[in-house]
Amino acid sequence: MTTRLLEIENLTVRLAAGQAARPIIDGVSLHVEHGEAVGLVGESGSGKSVTCRSVLGLFPEGAEAAGGLRVDGADILTMSPTRLRDLRRRDASMIFQDPRASINPLRRIGDFVTEGLRASGVSRKGALDRAEELLESVGIRAPRAALRRYPHEFSGGMLQRVMIAGALAGGPRLLLADEPTTALDVTTQAEVVSILTRLQAERDMGMLFVTHDLELAAAICDRVYVMYAGRIVEAQSAEGLFSRPRHPYTSGLLAATPRLESDRPPHGVPGRPVSLSEAPSGCAFAARCAHARPGCTEHEPGLREIDGAQVACLRAEELIHD
Amino acid sequence: MTEYALEVENLRKTFGDHVAVDDVSLTLRPGGSLAIVGESGSGKTTTARMLVGLERPDSGRIRVAGRDRSGAARGRATRLARAREIQMVFQDPYLSLDPRVTVAACVEEPLRLHFAMTSAERRARRDELLARVGLGEREADALPRRLSGGQRQRVAIARALATEPKVLILDEATAALDVSIQAQILDLLAEIRRDTGVAYVFVTHNLALVRHVADDVLVLYRGRVAESGPARDVLAAPEHPYTRLLLHSLPHRGWDPARIAADRRALATATRERPPAPTSEKRSVTS
Ligand SMILES: Nc1ncnc2c1ncn2[C@@H]1O[C@H](COP(=O)(O)OP(=O)(O)O)[C@@H](O)[C@H]1O
Ligand SMILES: Nc1ncnc2c1ncn2[C@@H]1O[C@H](COP(=O)(O)OP(=O)(O)O)[C@@H](O)[C@H]1O
Ligand code: SF4
Ligand SMILES: [Mg+2]
Ligand SMILES: [Mg+2]
Repeated sequence: MTTRLLEIENLTVRLAAGQAARPIIDGVSLHVEHGEAVGLVGESGSGKSVTCRSVLGLFPEGAEAAGGLRVDGADILTMSPTRLRDLRRRDASMIFQDPRASINPLRRIGDFVTEGLRASGVSRKGALDRAEELLESVGIRAPRAALRRYPHEFSGGMLQRVMIAGALAGGPRLLLADEPTTALDVTTQAEVVSILTRLQAERDMGMLFVTHDLELAAAICDRVYVMYAGRIVEAQSAEGLFSRPRHPYTSGLLAATPRLESDRPPHGVPGRPVSLSEAPSGCAFAARCAHARPGCTEHEPGLREIDGAQVACLRAEELIHD
Repeated sequence: MTEYALEVENLRKTFGDHVAVDDVSLTLRPGGSLAIVGESGSGKTTTARMLVGLERPDSGRIRVAGRDRSGAARGRATRLARAREIQMVFQDPYLSLDPRVTVAACVEEPLRLHFAMTSAERRARRDELLARVGLGEREADALPRRLSGGQRQRVAIARALATEPKVLILDEATAALDVSIQAQILDLLAEIRRDTGVAYVFVTHNLALVRHVADDVLVLYRGRVAESGPARDVLAAPEHPYTRLLLHSLPHRGWDPARIAADRRALATATRERPPAPTSEKRSVTS
């Protein structure tokens, strides 16, 4: 059996003592195979970014992590700082939502794209040639000249391409794309996604694609995990998620999404998304769930397999969502 | 003759030698809703800002409820009267509210500015406005930092409604919200329009929203009107290649982002070579 590219098993992340009684990530399990694109969907505060950053061994100050977290079989939680740095440089990289907030505005694009290469011993000339190729592969025109330019000279969409080039510099096998197109408009989003998915396929990278947009996740990924309040509440094929959502939260998200082809106006989920520390005991979705029963706040629903889907809802068998 | 809530003719705005908005005309009937769509940089916000008077057009006319407001407002009374008639809600609920002012005071401010009311009347009206957007006493006493994004947008809407405007401009007002919250706000906005007869200019880059929030749509491309008409018709049978591009850009299963990227480049090239010339019929498309 080959090892999975990314394997997260029952990951729990707790903030430093005194900050919160309950964990911010609670028993999350997910995996990404080599070359596979997997979606992680949820609203703000559900724990998507914390999950992504965990994969690189980055945790909130003083937080404690427990469970299994392996990239290509290597255990992140027990990894030495030196090995972790190498991992971030070579094996796994992350692309963030807001390129402007995650790039130093005072440094040239060339320095940004080459820094990982230089740090891993590539010559200055070699790194620049490589950076030029990378910028070209993400569709930046006149890439040699672009290396000398500064972030403010690029639009949001162009800067996100630069970020992708930077993330690919070390030749990673795993890409953690944390809402890489959320700040972009729909046409620019399509461009950036086309670059990302083409490079992912060409380089046979695994990708964890984080988004709050179920439609986008389904358009890019074969499998999708849905997260709510620090837990995975549903996992299934993108196809199944739309044709047969199993968790009331998933069907709520689908109903809330405005759709071009539908006469039905988007329908909101009452209340607002919460973190686990604000959620009721038992099922964290209970306060917003139209199907909640008294029992739902007594027992915490674990993920169960139903017809090829994994669902964490106590009533999953009885409920049919459309 | 219909009296429009909003009537705009040949609006133009340049920044230096960059033409941000060029020859934009539109009409909005009382209680109607018009969506303005286009990618970022297409001139949506600049148009919106000119409508509310935050930006001065280089040329063109703007009439709200029949009254021309193209020239500079003379005197405080005229300025206030103009502000009353048309109000705006901005995209970012984290920037648009003063962090030091409670929700209650924030909604009372325009009441104080625009109406001669006793403080008891003002408080009553404030509570009515907050209730209108689904906020209660607990939120009234809170500072913005204690509120979620959706609650802040509710406050911004209540504040904008305080002057009983004829027209409310919503500039990507739900774009920063979670999808489950966006749907709640859209629902609230529909209800308010039904109940009060206020008209909306709904600015968005998301065409999927349009049919659910607007009767008519105007597609902006590089500052110019690419296509406009009844939302239903434009969405069902888009005639301008840019409208088609926006429609295809919406993620769906079987989506082909590479094709969209190629179409977008082709369109940009074609437009550089032959800039579109606008027309102004019922259903207008520029060639
Ligand atoms: N560095 C941190 N310190 C304390 N709490 C944090 C930190 N990062 C995230 N959290 C909390 O963890 C939860 C999940 O956050 P996050 O992963 O950023 O959500 P998402 O990316 O899904 O919007 C939130 O409640 C957030 O407030
Ligand atoms: N104050 C300003 N100074 C200079 N250029 C501006 C200013 N405001 C907007 N622009 C430019 O005008 C064009 C239209 O911008 P905007 O109206 O904000 O578009 P949208 O809201 O559709 O994204 C853009 O090219 C933008 O850079
Ligand atoms: S467990 Fe109960 S409250 Fe939770 S999603 Fe299922 S039905 Fe709703
Ligand atoms: Mg996040
Ligand atoms: Mg704008």
